[in-house]
Amino acid sequence: MSDQHLLLLAVFTPFAGALAIVLFRHWPNLRETVTLVTAAAVCLIVVTVFMRFSSDTLIAIDIAEPLPGLAIRFEVESLGMLFALVASVLWLVTSIYAIGYMRKHDEKNQTRFYAMFAIAIGCTLGIALAGNLFTLFLWYEMLTISTYPLVAHAGNKKARRGARTYLSILLGTSIGLLLPAILITYTITGSLDFQEGGILAGKLDPAWAGLLYALFIFGIGKAAVMPFHRWLPAAMVAPTPVSALLHAVAVVKAGVFTVLKVTIYIFGTDFITSSGANDWLIWFAGATILLASLIAMVQDNLKLRLAYSTISQLSYIVLGALLATNMGLLGGALHITMHAFAKITLFFAAGAILITTDKSNISDMGGLGRAMPVTFTAFLIGSLSIIGLPPFGGMWSKWYLGMGMVETGQWLLLAVLLFSSLLNIAYLLPVPVRGFFGKAKDGTEYVQIKEAPISCLLAMVFTSLASIVLFFYPGPFYELALDASGAR
Amino acid sequence: MIEQNLCLLLVVIPLIAAPVTAMLPAGRSPWLFTLVITWLCFALSIWQLTIVLDGSTISYELGGWAPPWGIEYHIDALNAFVALIVSGIAAITLPYALRTVEKEIQLQETSLFYALFLLCLVGLLGIAQTGDVFNLFVFLEISSLSSYVLIAMGKQRRALTAAYQYLIMGSIGATFLLIGIGLIYAETGTLNMQDLHQRLQPILDHRTVHTGFVFMVVGIALKLALFPLHLWLPNAYKYSPSAISVFLSATATKVAVYIMLRMVFTVFSTSFLKITHTEFIFLILGAFGVIVASMAAIVQHDLKRILAYSSIAQISYMVLGMGFASTLGITATVVHVFNHALMKGALFMAAGAIVYRVGSSRFENIYGIGRQMPWTFAAIFVSGLSLIGIPGTAGFISKWYFMLAALEQQAWLIAFVILLGSLLSVVYMWKIFEALFFHRLACTAPPVTEAPLSMMLPMWTLVLANIYFGINTELTVGVAETAVRLLGVTAYHE
Amino acid sequence: MIDIIIGHYNYWIVILLMMAGFYTVINRGNLIKKIAGLNIFQTSVFLLYISIGYVNEGTTPIIAEGFTRYANPLPHVLILTAIVVGVSTTALGLALVVRIKRAYGTIEEDEIHDKDMSL
Repeated sequence: MSDQHLLLLAVFTPFAGALAIVLFRHWPNLRETVTLVTAAAVCLIVVTVFMRFSSDTLIAIDIAEPLPGLAIRFEVESLGMLFALVASVLWLVTSIYAIGYMRKHDEKNQTRFYAMFAIAIGCTLGIALAGNLFTLFLWYEMLTISTYPLVAHAGNKKARRGARTYLSILLGTSIGLLLPAILITYTITGSLDFQEGGILAGKLDPAWAGLLYALFIFGIGKAAVMPFHRWLPAAMVAPTPVSALLHAVAVVKAGVFTVLKVTIYIFGTDFITSSGANDWLIWFAGATILLASLIAMVQDNLKLRLAYSTISQLSYIVLGALLATNMGLLGGALHITMHAFAKITLFFAAGAILITTDKSNISDMGGLGRAMPVTFTAFLIGSLSIIGLPPFGGMWSKWYLGMGMVETGQWLLLAVLLFSSLLNIAYLLPVPVRGFFGKAKDGTEYVQIKEAPISCLLAMVFTSLASIVLFFYPGPFYELALDASGAR
Repeated sequence: MIEQNLCLLLVVIPLIAAPVTAMLPAGRSPWLFTLVITWLCFALSIWQLTIVLDGSTISYELGGWAPPWGIEYHIDALNAFVALIVSGIAAITLPYALRTVEKEIQLQETSLFYALFLLCLVGLLGIAQTGDVFNLFVFLEISSLSSYVLIAMGKQRRALTAAYQYLIMGSIGATFLLIGIGLIYAETGTLNMQDLHQRLQPILDHRTVHTGFVFMVVGIALKLALFPLHLWLPNAYKYSPSAISVFLSATATKVAVYIMLRMVFTVFSTSFLKITHTEFIFLILGAFGVIVASMAAIVQHDLKRILAYSSIAQISYMVLGMGFASTLGITATVVHVFNHALMKGALFMAAGAIVYRVGSSRFENIYGIGRQMPWTFAAIFVSGLSLIGIPGTAGFISKWYFMLAALEQQAWLIAFVILLGSLLSVVYMWKIFEALFFHRLACTAPPVTEAPLSMMLPMWTLVLANIYFGINTELTVGVAETAVRLLGVTAYHE
Repeated sequence: MIDIIIGHYNYWIVILLMMAGFYTVINRGNLIKKIAGLNIFQTSVFLLYISIGYVNEGTTPIIAEGFTRYANPLPHVLILTAIVVGVSTTALGLALVVRIKRAYGTIEEDEIHDKDMSL
């Protein structure tokens, strides 16, 4: 199987899987098997591509050319490889989780759920493996459209309202800001190809660079930079597997991935620093980090707290990109991986709590840790990784981000970073602490262990262990991030 | 022999077929006969397009009388493209029409219905083919008159008043066009488009020429439903029979766009446009049309009305393209003529399918129907995405070119209007999606089944065409670029 | 000044008729009167064409001995076509009015509008 065709296979297998899922809709067990098999297959394909990938060989394929000079092109490079690996591995894990979740919770319309899930992952891989900005934009929009039914899954008024907010902000930013940014880039340079060192240098008057960069950053609504962040908490009406994979991993990471790609391959780090395009944007990212953390602290609903935490963490990555230094980019790229594994653990735990005990507010979860020790331990591990303490993977990304700030002399931002880490502790640790050592509000005594379904536990254990393993062996992800950021 | 007379056959075949159809006994036979004729025309138009695709032109003298005294059919890529669109939509509407006509038109009137359909087709094809301005007027009136009747055949009595209003406004428009033609004829003494182009050049500053131009533009604008002359369209599209909504929405106004292009750029030339600053009028009215029509669409309570206002907005986009008066702008307009025919055709087909099953297109009667008619809903969804301009669909290609044309001229305000129009279309399309799929079922609705296959297949052909032409744009963009070149439009220079 | 009025009297008549017809279409609420107005409007256009076809000291455009100047026959032909179109439009409009009367019971525009709104 030629390398190029593997790329196509990686992106389109999930779509084939979605079709099979719909065909098998009357046989739930068969249908779930299809999901697992497809997820495993995609994982295998992506890992194979990774094995064959190296930064000097070019694996690319064009499949159509809708507009003159703009092909639908798939190409592998380090950053995309990193994202693809994260997405495909975590899809497999989330599928396992979702089966247990959906059955325990007796959710309706499960076929629609699994099918749209598969399509959404296909779109995510399309983004990861996009060879030019046009292809990336195509899959970016497809991702918004395909995740809409997932967010609105419950079908009730609340879900529809949340989904409407989700869609209006994401489509509003992408059509209103991102599309013009892409068009302006095309008009100036005549191409939308990704190139080392960017395509804008020398073609764009540096005075306008800041404005164009801002159009990109705010246009990429999936990166949830304030003030275009409201879609994330609104999307929490979705079932937890959706929140876990898509809004902790796929959708949001697609956003920051796009930010990184645009920074490295469209603008080029040299152009950004020389034109000062990032001067004032850095403060938006910094403000988002801080404000989101503060808002997270006052949320009682666990999923909402995690949502704001995600917004805050995403801006870490955006900040890494905006710093436009090797260290910053390295930290940002690495954080894609670390945050993904950690956050998904937290969401898995939140979902497990929801379906086992029907509790969604933190104030109700006192003492619950004694009844659900595995869940709360996983939550603890995920929290510690996000906070950035060793021996958890999250430490590395925070380290390099911090180094990036030191490198550029951004002392205020470093302070923001450290302060927000403290805030992370404040809003994340109380959950497991109170869970293990606290007392239930209604006086229930938790003596028996009544845990979540086994598949949910398996998923949680895997991702939390991964967070630990990634500290000691960040291997492939570190190498890829190093490549992409040019810090080698 | 056929090839030599090809361009005339496209008009003559349906013209002869129309009275034949009227004489056929009511029932299936008029439908079958019309189906054969429309498919024949479609095949002929494909043949014609292949001949002129490389930029060559066909020149055909009617009756052997040499132009400029005789009527000449001068076919270039643009003519052939419009003819392709018209005959293609007709061909795909016919299989669809079988069921809806059976349900909506009384049995004894079916032969007359199909005869009128063919007459409308004659008119539209004639407009696309002809190279003589008066001939164009005649064909325009043929198509308009038959469409008035076709609209009036809708089931509700409001179809009659809608047709009447369209008749009054359409006739005024056609008469304005006639006045314009008369004034131009008075100045040049010729009616042949190519000849007019030559003879008008030295006298472009004459007031009579300017007046004639104004009358023509206003007359065509009425037919085009350009804001603010669009008032006839919503009622006409809403109350006409389903098959006619499909056919007219996808062809009639597009052909009017073609007339505008031909008159403004071939007969009068681009420089005239710039001298008279007409492009500003196009830009302003187009911009207003996009905003006003999109906002009007958002507040409607009826599916077909939303689609009608959406059509007005999309036509305003095409006029914007003309206002740019550059290669990119006109390319965008021509490409959008094709793409919009696909989008709106599919959307109106789906609306017609819903009306076929439920009997109404008002939201209060069709809430939640998408869950019972999933394939129809999926068709609305994909065509709706194309309308919004999501990449991967035909609508995105049009929007891309419009935006490029605007950015090329640094017309930031117009670029903003185009994007705003897209965002507004997201609002009204999503209103449709939510109402049809997520809403509670309307309490008055008995359970319905999916649309019949004869309606589903044409619908999905158009839907898939939307996706296909969003990925493979060789035909649409290729023809548009050839057509624009031949129109004599140049790229924008500072 | 006089020359402008007298010399172009045909155009003045055309303008008069055109505006009268157009005004009738817009202002009159009765559907038949609207059609009548439309007719007047279209007739003015016919007059425009025919009057501009006149060639100074030209005779009727039938080839005859001793005449070298003929009026232009083309506008006559065009107007014959246009008259046919106008007649068809009128016939169609009146047929519609008959149907409207049958369906609504009235042919006054505002009454029809009220009936539509009240439903």
